Amino acid sequence: MSAGDIRVAINSDQDIVLARQKGRSLAIELRFSAVDATLIATTISELARNILAYARKGEITLRPVVGSGRQGIQIVATDAGPGISDISQALRDGFSTSGSLGLGLPGVRRLMDEFEITSRPGHGTKVAVKKWRQ
Amino acid sequence: MEVPILKQGDFLIATFQAALSDADLENLRRGLVLQVVKFRSRAVIVDVTAMDVMDSFASRTLREIAHMIRLRGAETVIVGIQPEVAFAMVQLGLTLEGVATALDLEEGLAYLIEKFKNIE
Repeated sequence: MSAGDIRVAINSDQDIVLARQKGRSLAIELRFSAVDATLIATTISELARNILAYARKGEITLRPVVGSGRQGIQIVATDAGPGISDISQALRDGFSTSGSLGLGLPGVRRLMDEFEITSRPGHGTKVAVKKWRQ
Repeated sequence: MEVPILKQGDFLIATFQAALSDADLENLRRGLVLQVVKFRSRAVIVDVTAMDVMDSFASRTLREIAHMIRLRGAETVIVGIQPEVAFAMVQLGLTLEGVATALDLEEGLAYLIEKFKNIE
């Protein structure tokens, strides 16, 4: 956790809007293109939605990162929900256990440059993604 | 944030503001269907020009709106999907299959006027 982190608690559908607005602002501040700022905002929306659907509450952290001389943005979604027992299944297109929307995670993985997920059943899930500026 | 619904002859026009929450979208869905019944509207145009993000929930809600309106015998046209939003939707695997779309409000109106002209 560093000083530049932006943390948004996700407890309601209003928080989804707040989190993605903060993500877009940060992306524009970091001089991402309009397309990439939209991809970042969309990713945040989906990750926050997953938190609400599966864990009811959690947190989104937005963080500027630098790697190989490139500016990037990291989005971390954490929750203390039921966790995912079969991650490879959760990353398959069309899979959903919330009974509504199955394209969250595989879709998010396509939108971002780096994607990492860790989950312990009964303890929660953490999804960390990065997008690098072109 | 409520979405204003404007009555324009036989058509209804709903214009999205930026930053709609899920609850706003659900209210819009309910409001549109009720107004289509009340005014016996023949078509609905949903203008999403100002929408910053079209995620899985928003696109599903738009599909549902279009299907409900169709069950009432009316038509829905989604107009103004921004290029970067369209790009994100395709990457995410979201579709608006079976829902008419047009570039902007003007083209949406032209599409509907043409369509209904042929019926009469």
